[in-house]
Amino acid sequence: MKTLDKKITYLLSAGLLAAAIMVLLYMDHNRTTYNYSLSILQRSAIYAVAAVAMNLLTGFTGLFSLGQAGFMAIGAYTVAILTIPVAQRPSVYYISGIAEPLAQATAPLWAALLLGGLFAALLGFFIGYPVLRLKSDYLAIATLGFSEIIRAFIAAPMLNRVTNGSYGLKSIPGFPSTLMVFLISGLCIFLMVLVIRSSYGRAFQAIREDEIAAESMGIGLFKHKQMAFVISCFFTGISGGMLAVFMRSIDSKTFQIGLTYDILLIVVLGGIGSITGSVLGSFLMTAGREWLRFFDNPLTIAGVQVPLFRTGFRMVIFSLILMAVVLYYRKGLMGTKEFSWNGIYAFLQRLGQKRSKTRPGKEGGNDE
Amino acid sequence: MSETVLKLNRITMQFGGLMAVNDFSMDVNRGEVVAIIGPNGAGKTTAFNVITGVYAPTNGSVDFCGETIISNRPQGKMRKLYAGDADSICDRVVRKTPDRITKLGIARTFQNIRLFKSLTVFENVLIAKHMNIKANLFSAAFMLNRHEEHRMRQETAQLLEILELADVADEVASSLPYGKQRRLEIARAIATGPELLLLDEPAAGMNPQETNDLIHLIHRLKQDFQLTVLMIEHHMNLVMEISDRIYVLDFGRLIASGTPDHIQNDKRVIDAYLGVAEDE
Repeated sequence: MKTLDKKITYLLSAGLLAAAIMVLLYMDHNRTTYNYSLSILQRSAIYAVAAVAMNLLTGFTGLFSLGQAGFMAIGAYTVAILTIPVAQRPSVYYISGIAEPLAQATAPLWAALLLGGLFAALLGFFIGYPVLRLKSDYLAIATLGFSEIIRAFIAAPMLNRVTNGSYGLKSIPGFPSTLMVFLISGLCIFLMVLVIRSSYGRAFQAIREDEIAAESMGIGLFKHKQMAFVISCFFTGISGGMLAVFMRSIDSKTFQIGLTYDILLIVVLGGIGSITGSVLGSFLMTAGREWLRFFDNPLTIAGVQVPLFRTGFRMVIFSLILMAVVLYYRKGLMGTKEFSWNGIYAFLQRLGQKRSKTRPGKEGGNDE
Repeated sequence: MSETVLKLNRITMQFGGLMAVNDFSMDVNRGEVVAIIGPNGAGKTTAFNVITGVYAPTNGSVDFCGETIISNRPQGKMRKLYAGDADSICDRVVRKTPDRITKLGIARTFQNIRLFKSLTVFENVLIAKHMNIKANLFSAAFMLNRHEEHRMRQETAQLLEILELADVADEVASSLPYGKQRRLEIARAIATGPELLLLDEPAAGMNPQETNDLIHLIHRLKQDFQLTVLMIEHHMNLVMEISDRIYVLDFGRLIASGTPDHIQNDKRVIDAYLGVAEDE
């Protein structure tokens, strides 16, 4: 099959990127009209980071972890505690006051995000010691447990003076500019792609394919699993931090197991082992839920009210669509493939061939 | 007599009540091709798994190039259950993990092929080069180790050329025909730069022509890479033609060892393979 010239694919990618930035800039400029869509896109971008981080672990290293919500919480609380303006802290911690060293501790947004990621990574490093010796489902259950422990800690009354317990944190300043979310998310995903494409990423994939063979190739299993886990936790933490800044108020309920499932759903929907799939999945899922709001409103056709259209019905439709996708695209939308211009080119070529096959006379005799 | 590369010292491997390998000692000298043969279930692959660190032996030790890489004595539950012939001789307990042992210079292939199935042939071999990487995660991710990466890729390409797999370098490993999958496994093992190559039934499922090619390949690789080869094999033609010495296992016990001529005429070996009258 013919492939495209490398230069052309670079040009096309640059073009697509430029177009996306233009669209975002345009939407940002007319914020009054597009505010809602922009916030959906922002949320998608944040989820995309968490989804790619999960994919790095599940899709590329073969470790099935369900601790995303916990690590996101670590990132989110770190960022929130460090970025709430000092003047507003007494009003946020109005119940039990704020712990002394934290009362004055502030950090710029980028440093807070980085620190949030680092804390999550550090925790991942320690949790990794016991749990990474487990395999498949057992690992998932153990990480799920740890994630709940983190959440319970955050909500615990003993930590009221740090996390404000079950009252949550509010007055978190938002992003200074709308595009920043996309910039940070893009950077995070780019970094993860770099890791996956490096020699270490290949070692991760070897572990996914066959642990015993990987070990006999001189790849230290625990060391590399730990590495993948810590990297994943780092970016999950950053994603959580961004979520806090985006939502502007968080509490421990934000980071319930449902958040992990959302991320898992994105990864499965997009394709386990496909980065572009995860990104696509997060946009489809976040946007899909909103597009389906149509089903939440009562609908009257020709004077008859359609019975099922009421609040909550969209989630039924959403679930049905998910089931259909999983049934018909068993490996997710992208499978383990990545988006590439060559892929699209090949697809178009195949389409063209089919056309010409159905038209007799032209190339009809070329059937094998 | 040349230098001993691998030395198994009274290895016993007991799983619960099952004695897989019992008091098995052997040594492999540099540059030799040594074969372990024996009926199914004789404990040959278990011996391989002990050498490569997959199983910790119940008792005994393994030396590689003068260094003890594995050593154990009956411990815990096994202290009561232990039924091996050898006494507990090793007071040190040494247990290197398989990746460390590979780094020391022992590479292996598997009886049931274990390729990285969904990766390409090239990637399969390239992964074996990872263990000697000098760059840390950050410099590798930011492509600061271009030189190293380039060298790894070049070595991989060369190796594929030598093993006549260059034409399928970009194909997915699982799509290869069986014989080539076997060859890829050998390529991958050699890519780790071993001194000792362990081949677990390299000719299994091969037709006579492919077996013949394999004999030539092993000879060639042995010379090109100065390898010492230890293999498990059932194809007697191959074993007799290629090995310098043969060890015969039956029910976990060593029943004979020596040159191919010697083994071919050994009564116990013939009995083990054909079955003795009272066995039936």
